[in-house]
Amino acid sequence: MKTLVASRMETCIGCHSCSLACARLVHRRLSWDTAGIRIASSGGLSTGFEARLCLACDPAPCADACPTGAYTLRKGGGVVVRKKLCIRCGKCAAACPVSAIYLDETGEPFVCIHCGRCVEFCPHECLSMIEAPAPAAFGGRNS
Amino acid sequence: MIRDVFRVLKVDLTVRKGEILTVEGRDEVVGGSGLAAKLFGKFGDPARPWDDPGQPLIFAIGPLTGFFPLMSKTVCGFKSPYHDQYAESHAGGRSALSLRLADLDALVITGRAERPVCLSLGSRHLDIKDVSYLWGKDLHTTGKTLRRLHPGSGHRSIWRIGPAGENRSAMACINVDTYRHFGRLGAGAVMGSKRLKAIVVQGDGIFPLPEGKTYPALFQRIHDLLTETQMMHKYHNLGTPVNMAVLNGLSSLPIRNLQRTTDPDMDRISGERFADETLARHMACAGCPVGCIHVGFVREKFMEPNQYLYRQVSYDHEPIFAAGAMLGVDNPFEVLAIIDESEKAGLDIMSAGVALAWATEALEKGLVTEKETLVPLTFGHAGAFRTAMRHLGDGANPFYQVLAQGAAKAAQVYGGSDFACVLGQEMAGYATGEVFFTAQALGFRHSHLDSGGYSYDQKHEEKNVDAAVDFLVRDEADRVCLTNMVCCLFAREVYKPALLSECLESLGYKTLAGSLGETAERVRRMRWKLRMDTGFDPIGVRIPKRFTEIVTWKGPLDAAYLDSLRSAYAARIAAFGV
Repeated sequence: MKTLVASRMETCIGCHSCSLACARLVHRRLSWDTAGIRIASSGGLSTGFEARLCLACDPAPCADACPTGAYTLRKGGGVVVRKKLCIRCGKCAAACPVSAIYLDETGEPFVCIHCGRCVEFCPHECLSMIEAPAPAAFGGRNS
Repeated sequence: MIRDVFRVLKVDLTVRKGEILTVEGRDEVVGGSGLAAKLFGKFGDPARPWDDPGQPLIFAIGPLTGFFPLMSKTVCGFKSPYHDQYAESHAGGRSALSLRLADLDALVITGRAERPVCLSLGSRHLDIKDVSYLWGKDLHTTGKTLRRLHPGSGHRSIWRIGPAGENRSAMACINVDTYRHFGRLGAGAVMGSKRLKAIVVQGDGIFPLPEGKTYPALFQRIHDLLTETQMMHKYHNLGTPVNMAVLNGLSSLPIRNLQRTTDPDMDRISGERFADETLARHMACAGCPVGCIHVGFVREKFMEPNQYLYRQVSYDHEPIFAAGAMLGVDNPFEVLAIIDESEKAGLDIMSAGVALAWATEALEKGLVTEKETLVPLTFGHAGAFRTAMRHLGDGANPFYQVLAQGAAKAAQVYGGSDFACVLGQEMAGYATGEVFFTAQALGFRHSHLDSGGYSYDQKHEEKNVDAAVDFLVRDEADRVCLTNMVCCLFAREVYKPALLSECLESLGYKTLAGSLGETAERVRRMRWKLRMDTGFDPIGVRIPKRFTEIVTWKGPLDAAYLDSLRSAYAARIAAFGV
């Protein structure tokens, strides 16, 4: 299974089409917050844009932090969130090192499910789906 | 969110309180232009001056805002300092989507703050903060400070004024998200008169979408039309500056205060040259995959040895015409540097450039001296124009104070009305001929986007008054239909009435879907009635002599044809205000 990466953000024009597509097609909402990918200007519009999305960490700090087992690792990268098990504690969002998890006002978490539905809405091909590389050993690949 | 009434936030800066209002009338006035006019009718007073604290400053979006691509514009309605009449100005950026996600159909601001303030709002907050320390600061400095003060990068829209707005210049813009503007007719001065330095709108609401497959499928179809066909190619590619070479080739580019309409030197500031030499990147309004915003760069050595600064400046046909062709400046980097000074001051570059072009010719002719202009304004000399932009924004002396109210006002004081290139306000970048001059002089916004007069001129050599006026009348209604939604007018070839109806239907606006023509006509008349109630007399409009002295691809301008068009179109417009 592949994961979503924002590999060419230097070409992003800040149209938010990816976020709006995720909210519309995955979460059935009009929003640029309840989306697995969210775009922010990096220090003002004159310096370009950055994408906030799940980096498919392995091990995943969000899953480690989840006290009820709502988060599990997804095969191929990323996480699966079972909302029925979620108690809206917000520890996942606090644990994420790149602020990829959005909590709505009820505390419901929104995180990328690596479905790739946003990719075709990006007019500048900033996004792509890739096979997750094997995790590097902490001592280096040859250790 | 999708509702048959309007949810409006009204803020009174005098008492520093807001209230949420429910306003009826969706099926009558739609939104955007219609909603702004309705709200001015409700809260404005046609008889009192534009800077009366009670006059409203209105920002309105439409029923399709945020739900479909390129439904990305906000309509600003206000009484203009330029002519003390009701006016509209439009802007994109993140303004419209932020208002939508703040759960508002419109924002209405009345009153006057005791000290300079910043209004901050979202779906769950409203704050009025004192920002006296920002008063007098240029737009760039103001933007940087506001970004530090307000969280939510990427999902907020920041609207701010510069010194020109604080000084109540009739050509002060409201800057939106750095690269977009409520540019024309002085909306920035209305903010200044209210001591409102900035507005920050946080789009932090979350809303359900229509059930079923119809809506997402329609979205997909429109997205594909916009991105996979050639319909929007012009805007994505060179952008509107593609017009520079086209108009220069057609002897239709206003150059050196409209002393000429073509010049080989202007090829140096064509859209192609800007793209090749200065284009740093494209940007987009929120919800627009086209990305028509062209951002150029300026690199300047400010100190030896080898100390440089770097600026990014957005450009389009109109700013290049106003800061380049009209001033005889033919170096792209110098044009961008002039635009940048205008940005910092918070001026509408179109009006400011054309006003300085008048001042330059007035200096040439001896109507004013360097005592007035402070710098030796000379066509082609960018350095003086950069300084003059600062003087214009600051209102540095009585000359610049009156020039900041418009070239026609300055000409009343100093002479030179014949060559003040004013068509309701300073002209747009099209010297295409009689139909466009008529269209801008009598257009509701005095904008090149009120109707396609410039396009008509380029396609029609015959002189048929009735056919031309019929076109202008019909085209205005078509565009009102779009500005009710509020659609980017660049997408007018995509969003034809049948598609707009489908969009409205998919969101559940069944009555609106079936009454597009009727509502557009109603709003057109509402707007004109407001305009005339606040003092506009279309029959009294006159077009300065300079416009009759030009030569286009069709030959010398036909003054008699122009006059016939003017009187015929004025009569049609006068009938709308009854």
